[in-house]
Amino acid sequence: MLNYSLKRLASAIPTLLILITVAFFLIRIAPGGPFDSEKGLPAEIEANLEAKYQLDDPLVIQYFRYLGDIARFDFGPSFHYRDWTVNQLIAQGAPVSFTLGGIALILAFVVGTLIGVWAALKQNSLSDYLTMSVAMIGISIPNFVAAPLLILLFAIALGWLPAGGWDGSIQRMVLPAIALSLPMIAYVARITRGSMIEVLHSSFIRTARAKGMPEHEVLLRHALKPALLPVISYLGPAAAAILTGSVVIERIFTIPGIGSHFVQGALNRDYTLVMGVVIFYGVLIIALNYLVDLLYAWLDPRIRYDR
Amino acid sequence: MTARAAETEATERQLDIFEQAMDKRTVKGRSLYVDAWHRLKRNKAAVAGVAILLFIIILVTFGPMLNPWDHEIPDWDNYSTPPSLETGHVMGTDALGRDLFERVMVGGRISLLVGIIATLVSLFIGVAYGAVAGYLGGRVDNWMMRAVDAIYALPFMFFVILLMVVFGRNIFLIFVAIGAVNWLDMARIVRGQTLSLKNKDFIEAARVSGATEWHIISRHIIPNLLGVVVVYVSLTIPQVILVESFLSFLGLGVQEPLTSWGALVNEGAQELETAPWSLLFPATFLAATLFAFNFLGDGLRDALDPRDR
Amino acid sequence: MALLEVNDLMVSFDTPEGVVHAVNGLSFDLEPGQTLGIVGESGSGKTQTAMAMMGLLSENGSASGSVQFRGQELLELSTRELSRIRGSKISMIFQDPVSSLNPYLSIGDQLVEVLTHHRDLKRKAARKRAAEMLHQVGISEPGQRMRQYPHQLSGGMCQRIMIAMGLLCQPDLLIADEPTTALDVTVQSQINTLMGELSEKSSTAIMLITHDLGVIAGLCDKVLVMYAGEVMETADIDSLFADPAHPYTQGLLKSVPRLDKAHSGILSAIPGNPPDLVDLPEGCPFRARCPHAFDKCIEHPDLFDAGEGRHKRCWLDELPPLEEEAEQEEHA
Repeated sequence: MLNYSLKRLASAIPTLLILITVAFFLIRIAPGGPFDSEKGLPAEIEANLEAKYQLDDPLVIQYFRYLGDIARFDFGPSFHYRDWTVNQLIAQGAPVSFTLGGIALILAFVVGTLIGVWAALKQNSLSDYLTMSVAMIGISIPNFVAAPLLILLFAIALGWLPAGGWDGSIQRMVLPAIALSLPMIAYVARITRGSMIEVLHSSFIRTARAKGMPEHEVLLRHALKPALLPVISYLGPAAAAILTGSVVIERIFTIPGIGSHFVQGALNRDYTLVMGVVIFYGVLIIALNYLVDLLYAWLDPRIRYDR
Repeated sequence: MTARAAETEATERQLDIFEQAMDKRTVKGRSLYVDAWHRLKRNKAAVAGVAILLFIIILVTFGPMLNPWDHEIPDWDNYSTPPSLETGHVMGTDALGRDLFERVMVGGRISLLVGIIATLVSLFIGVAYGAVAGYLGGRVDNWMMRAVDAIYALPFMFFVILLMVVFGRNIFLIFVAIGAVNWLDMARIVRGQTLSLKNKDFIEAARVSGATEWHIISRHIIPNLLGVVVVYVSLTIPQVILVESFLSFLGLGVQEPLTSWGALVNEGAQELETAPWSLLFPATFLAATLFAFNFLGDGLRDALDPRDR
Repeated sequence: MALLEVNDLMVSFDTPEGVVHAVNGLSFDLEPGQTLGIVGESGSGKTQTAMAMMGLLSENGSASGSVQFRGQELLELSTRELSRIRGSKISMIFQDPVSSLNPYLSIGDQLVEVLTHHRDLKRKAARKRAAEMLHQVGISEPGQRMRQYPHQLSGGMCQRIMIAMGLLCQPDLLIADEPTTALDVTVQSQINTLMGELSEKSSTAIMLITHDLGVIAGLCDKVLVMYAGEVMETADIDSLFADPAHPYTQGLLKSVPRLDKAHSGILSAIPGNPPDLVDLPEGCPFRARCPHAFDKCIEHPDLFDAGEGRHKRCWLDELPPLEEEAEQEEHA
């Protein structure tokens, strides 16, 4: 197990390096420097600024310095918001984004697996078909479409919930969390149903029944764990999807998270901010994938005890 | 009959016997696809998906020809009017007085085109990469697939956005960016198929019984890959449409005066309270298209891979 | 009283291609402690017979007729009532032992749960009993094996564990569905030997399902030959091998390699394929492949009493003996 986790860690490092390297060189080949926006800047001041940010060093040195900075989670100053560093902007948005994303992720997995297991047990019944058709609709409605529709219905037409903003209250979290998790609930439900059906048809479930295990034990003790493994391995991609989705959701609901900084940064061509967010989220996703893999291995004896 | 022809025929007969004896799921030439076709026709959801898609494609192609309005030029008498037959704007107008039906149709053309072209880009890259890795095998395969794994773990949407920011927003870049994002799945699938086919007994049997490389490729490898590719394409197109809409929604995708469903949803979302129809129509079209593609792709997968039923 | 009485058992499956008639009016009984072999080609309904008895048919399957186990009608029991019998009074082992064991639970857990469920044993007592049972089926170091997972063990080892699991509660009946088909030849004979020993030592009746007459020969008291979901012939083991009364049995015997008799020719397979179970032919189901078929075979034959406790479903009174026929063929 230790061996596996080390091996797996070793393969995460190149991914990280690719991420940082690509990001770094993308920014360097981007047309225009960071201080171009102030057109009237005299040459010597620009040179001073470049010297201050050490942009006049050879590229290779800059690259390694950048690696060092990243290792200390220092993303440098924002190009657009002059008085802010990227770190400050991320630190400011992170609690909001993580709260929202966390709620959406939990919602997606709890509701999704419940629906999926239920549909699998009723396989090929009318309620199964209905549930899965609804799930397919759920997958097909992107969250940036679902979000305004939810606002239209629950905030504007019915007036039950606020249409946007963020103050940490539940009322303001409900709609964005639902909008963010909706396609994912559907997706998790489909994965769960599929794997549950497969597991229920497997030989070892037949054995469990043949040895007289009552149906609830067949389900909980024998079928649930293998059926949930594919769902667990979807956690990594799901987290990435949640982070991606939060970009639009935060914008639609005017929530001051990392996502809205990111979009604003993208529209303002705030290179360092955009890159900082990409790397920050990249590291987050890689780390999460790593943890999920370990969790998976821990749950599956075939990997746990592999030579 | 020449000796050569007789020999070939004998070989083929032998191959058929081998194939039948082998795992039923592997290609039995034509019959696999005939079976798949019958299964697909029985799948109501997939048939409905095809019908919806045909309807949308026909509407998007010919709709604008029958519609008197232009997607750029405003109707000066009608700003933000709801759908009405009297004004002639069947889906109403937007805040600038432009005909929404025309804009939804034009946006649909862009969305579908981006979906198809970017899918082809990713298909091309993915098939080439996967086939090479699978065919060469060994260490090369190992490294090539490690690279795929490494890239796979990256947060792609963010990278696409970064690309858009750095290189500016143009439609060509959207194709490339999305295509370059999506080839990974294809590469994995094709590589897996090639690898497993290479070691399949009936390929071995074909080699032993003297079938030419061309025979093996045309009668065994291609038919088997074809199914996978068809399923993949039908499931990738909606993904790509989704990515494009996502970018356009953020204002990073298709730029004015052109439009796409994602951009229209964005405009609609901003006029939510005053003109909900400007959200509802493009949203419906976008969702219906994704829905239809997903159902079709699901149906194709079930039809071509009966094991999963 | 017989341990098991099966009467006019019918099993059918609803499929997109039509209704598949897997078992068609099967009747037989089994005495306590007896070993019955059920032989037939794949698709002859032998496995589905067992599945119907255990209530394990897939969702599209249904069974009718009667299966009386110690006077209790199994087909009428609810799942809950059945689960009290399964694993306790009737056990079943399957073709592929490795995939029949749950890969996510340790061997010990899978054994112990049978005892804690059926016998209300505490875990500790159950583990002890399970270890004893493993020892009985010839597994060394049971304690260590119980901590392992199925993928760490060989196929033969897994089948031993399945057998141990089936015998944990000392059932009245053990159904073994092709227990050796998925195993290596040497392991096959080990498992067969083990089954033979167990059937001698214990009072458990065994119903052995196989397509391999060779396996039957060493293990069973009685044989039931199935074809297209029907009994073709029943007989005790010696008379069946000495003097097969049904052309199908003859065909099966001829396709088995035999070392004990000087061989006159190559092994012969029965020509043709089993009938389409969706659209069963009229008359004798074996008619199309039978070398002795005649006009009468268009009518469906009953299961005739052939004397000495034997039964056969064939219109012919006498069959030419095996050897002669082989010679005839050689001359032809």
